[in-house]
Amino acid sequence: MKLTLKIWRQKNASAKGNFETYQMDNVSPEMAFLEMLDSLNKRLVEEDKDPVAFDHDCREGICGSCGMYINGHPHGPVPAITTCHLSMRFFKDGETVWIEPWRAKPFPVIKDLIVDRTAFDKIQIACGFISVNTGSAPEANNILIPKKISDEAFNSAICIGCGACVAACKNASAMLFVSAKISQYALLPQGRVEAKERVRAMVDKMDEVGFGSCSNTGACEAECPKQIKITNIARMNREFFKAF
Amino acid sequence: MGKLDAKIPAGPLAQKWTNYKATTKLVNPANKKKLEIIVIGTGLSGAGASSALGELGYSVKTFCYQDSPRRAHSVAAQGGINAAKNYQSDNDSVYRLFYDMIKGGDFRAREANVYRAAEVSNQVIDHYTALGVPFARDYGGTLNTRSFGGVQVSRTFYSSGQTGQQCLLGTYSSLNRQIKSGNVKMFPRREMLDLVLIEGKARGIITRNLVSGEIERHSAHAVVLATGGYGTIYFLSTLAVNSNASAAWKAHKKGAFFANPSFVQIHPTSIPQLNEFQSKLTLMSESLRNDGRIWVPKTKGDKRHANDIPEEERDYYLERRYPTFGNLVPRDVASRAAKERCDAGYGIGETGLAVNLDFRDAIKKQGKKAIENKYGNLFEMYRNITGIDSYVEPMRIYPAGHYTMGGLWVDYELMTTIPGLYSIGESNFSDHGANRLGASSLMQASGDGYFILPNTINNYLSGEISVPKISTDRLEFAEAEKASIERLNKLISIKGKKNAGSFHKRLGKIMWDHCGMSRNEAGLKEALKLINELKEEFWKELNVTGSLNEVNPELEKAGRVADYFELAELLVTDALNRKESCGAHFREEYQTPDGEAMRNDEEFTYVAAWEYAGEGKPPVLHKEELKFEEVEMKVRSYK
Amino acid sequence: MSKVLFASISKKFVMALAGLFLLTFLPVHLIINFMLLKSDPAPFNAAAHFMATFPLVKIFEIVLMAAILIHVTYGIFLQISNWLARPVGYVSGSKAETSFFSKFMIWTGATVLTFLVLHFFNFYFIKLGLVEGDPENFYSVAHDLFRIPAYNYIYLACFVMLGFHLYHAFSSAFQTLGLNHRIWTPIVKKIALFYAILIPAGFASISITLWLFS
Repeated sequence: MKLTLKIWRQKNASAKGNFETYQMDNVSPEMAFLEMLDSLNKRLVEEDKDPVAFDHDCREGICGSCGMYINGHPHGPVPAITTCHLSMRFFKDGETVWIEPWRAKPFPVIKDLIVDRTAFDKIQIACGFISVNTGSAPEANNILIPKKISDEAFNSAICIGCGACVAACKNASAMLFVSAKISQYALLPQGRVEAKERVRAMVDKMDEVGFGSCSNTGACEAECPKQIKITNIARMNREFFKAF
Repeated sequence: MGKLDAKIPAGPLAQKWTNYKATTKLVNPANKKKLEIIVIGTGLSGAGASSALGELGYSVKTFCYQDSPRRAHSVAAQGGINAAKNYQSDNDSVYRLFYDMIKGGDFRAREANVYRAAEVSNQVIDHYTALGVPFARDYGGTLNTRSFGGVQVSRTFYSSGQTGQQCLLGTYSSLNRQIKSGNVKMFPRREMLDLVLIEGKARGIITRNLVSGEIERHSAHAVVLATGGYGTIYFLSTLAVNSNASAAWKAHKKGAFFANPSFVQIHPTSIPQLNEFQSKLTLMSESLRNDGRIWVPKTKGDKRHANDIPEEERDYYLERRYPTFGNLVPRDVASRAAKERCDAGYGIGETGLAVNLDFRDAIKKQGKKAIENKYGNLFEMYRNITGIDSYVEPMRIYPAGHYTMGGLWVDYELMTTIPGLYSIGESNFSDHGANRLGASSLMQASGDGYFILPNTINNYLSGEISVPKISTDRLEFAEAEKASIERLNKLISIKGKKNAGSFHKRLGKIMWDHCGMSRNEAGLKEALKLINELKEEFWKELNVTGSLNEVNPELEKAGRVADYFELAELLVTDALNRKESCGAHFREEYQTPDGEAMRNDEEFTYVAAWEYAGEGKPPVLHKEELKFEEVEMKVRSYK
Repeated sequence: MSKVLFASISKKFVMALAGLFLLTFLPVHLIINFMLLKSDPAPFNAAAHFMATFPLVKIFEIVLMAAILIHVTYGIFLQISNWLARPVGYVSGSKAETSFFSKFMIWTGATVLTFLVLHFFNFYFIKLGLVEGDPENFYSVAHDLFRIPAYNYIYLACFVMLGFHLYHAFSSAFQTLGLNHRIWTPIVKKIALFYAILIPAGFASISITLWLFS
């Protein structure tokens, strides 16, 4: 099938970017979205032009590297998947596809579709951990955790840190990301010990790096490739008030 | 052969590690701060080692090519992590885990290392649980386990189908804690270009900042490589597409021996290649084999829909050939059996390169709900990629390059043949012999990183406490930096027509066809020729757009592919040298009449450690003879 | 501690509390307004007098004004920081399935605020003596206003906006306060819908009745 791509091209962080148009004449519906971009890049290199830079790695939806804003959706129009899992069969022949980088002040563009997501790492460094030294852990089965609680913690822990929640939110808020981590630890007895310090430190860092606040719009939940729920945000808020 | 001293501690197998820890040299806590350690890679082993070394008080500098340490490819491991906890009271023990690994590896691994890996496995589970890794639990609140390919006990701890992700995020969290404390300094988006040796010791690295393009020098008292495997040498594999062997290869060229490079695990249950554009094969967890039955039609070229083929016309070939283990035979056996059926013309689908993995019977027996609980996310993933609902019809699977048992040669202390250079996790060769059992990679990587290296590196560093901070102004750094820049400029200056990816794809095809699931002498020799031709073409026809001083994924890729050409030659050379079939290495010339692998213990009970002899010169083989004191070498049978 | 007070979540928390408090005042105001429908001005004027003079109500009034001030100020501050968090927008817009009204809270809020200012000029500032008029006869002031068609248009439009604002605000406040529950949250959402329809509809019905039938 044929597609018209409108891709954000920006040489580096300080350059002014613009949309470039690329005609794709031979897109197979069996391709994955990134493979379609691979084929564009192959062509660009053959024409000695600068290929489109984008982050990607595992290509199986788990590393969280890839992420582009495609036709009004982070990771494209299909819910609950990452860009690397987006199949071209979800696009129509002749369609125009807009491809933009994540847009948020704490995620500055590095080049083309690559953005700097170290703001997420900074939040985790603030206190996204349980302070236990190697070797000092108790026997694993000494900590009994009800299956229901453990499963709930797991459902929060599956966040891949891709940043789609920030990209989707009209406020570029990172609340879903931060709350998922806080929820995981808040639910588990191991994490309760430092629960207060953790929520304070992480929320503090989240505000400091410049993310917006939550309007309970729910775009993050709708666009999260791992379907993380905004009930996590309510839990984080609870944890935050408890931390006074 | 004097060079290959594995430094295995004396004493009975079960006491070796305890004795080693009790008698090894230590570094005074006050001195640790002054000692710098570089760690490359932030998977379970790299991030685990960085955390543990940071906790001990060393000054650690950690590097990864991704934008965040949380993205290292350990994240993609699905099935689980083994430990000898014996929570199910099913006769499991450290010894049994050790024995399963030795046997699973077809008696080509070092006893002492394997025993130690099994020994620390329980601590790994304790540690992850304390870090808040949400392993699956039973209703009573205790940890749950499942059984995994190739063993008869239930010792695999798991978090749904995302165990690697959960363990990695746990490790990432402990790394973050050390970054916060200042003991670890993190350098993301950096690629290691070279290892710097000073007076024969590993003293630093040259890196390229993948954002600014800047070439940087970093010094340390010791360097740890935790850079994973080289499975992407096949282009299509289950690995992350940016995974590469460059760091290990650079170390090899600086003197670290490369061991058993031809031992590559081909995973039996990957989604088959669907088209020519494909960049990656997605793994379907091996845990699916617990409930799924693998079959092909009994008639050649049967084009009927799988659901229309009646029971009596289905060949459940694993159950037929291996009645004891059935669908749960180890990976190498399952992969080869699939290849055998497809090569014989029984494969399904348009390509004929696929077999059925059928859940019909399991759903009938346990209900759809139970299957959904166990594998829901995998079924979902399968449907996203293929559009097929596996609750209704069988999955199609085919083997894919997955894990490399081979890697840098290390001694008992995990030190390579370069003093001060360590290799941990998948990047070393030590624990899996010729074949790795499911759920052992997370176990080994975590064990190496958290519990082994931090206990062995002191022995070396205790001799370095008088060495002051190493200056990066030294001539050795300048030379290494110059060589690195020259090489990158050389790649940029070719100015041909083809991108690096297209060469990678062609190299991968050569490797898969001639040095994949089965190998023979003629094919391997042909491969050497083809690799060389392609390599020459690469250095003439490559085009790298852009410059050194900017974000340049094409340049990164070109450097990695260039290294892969060299590694590919070594891999094939090793496969040629090993005139036996063992584990994942299957030489067609050496098989039993019914097609099973035939080891040659008399001549090949050794680790083949290759020394780089210089550009264009054949590598030099060093043998580390393997001595089995505790176990009796048997024919590995799963019948 | 100061950091905690100025955290984004704290601001949202205060806003939600103030908002919920404002929600309690609307039904009271509505009940009094229904007295406008009587042909006798006495009950309405008496109620207005009571609201203006009873000491407890005076305290309530201060809290109410503070709540409005806080809700508005924090709303504006948060909105500005939210805009700053995304300096460059998307060309392809946002097609996420979301709570529709939540995207326009600042605008529905601004409309309601504009109405409130107008409303204050018409009534509240008279009571405070800031604007000329008879605070003891709000009945006729109201009746006079509702005879002006333009006033009715503005009035009705503002209450539609208020409905939109309330619909998201009601359940959103609970989420912000961390009060989330498997069973209760869906019920709160239903109540929010009722509330967001009934309250503006009540006010609107008075306006329409007085405009068309008196």
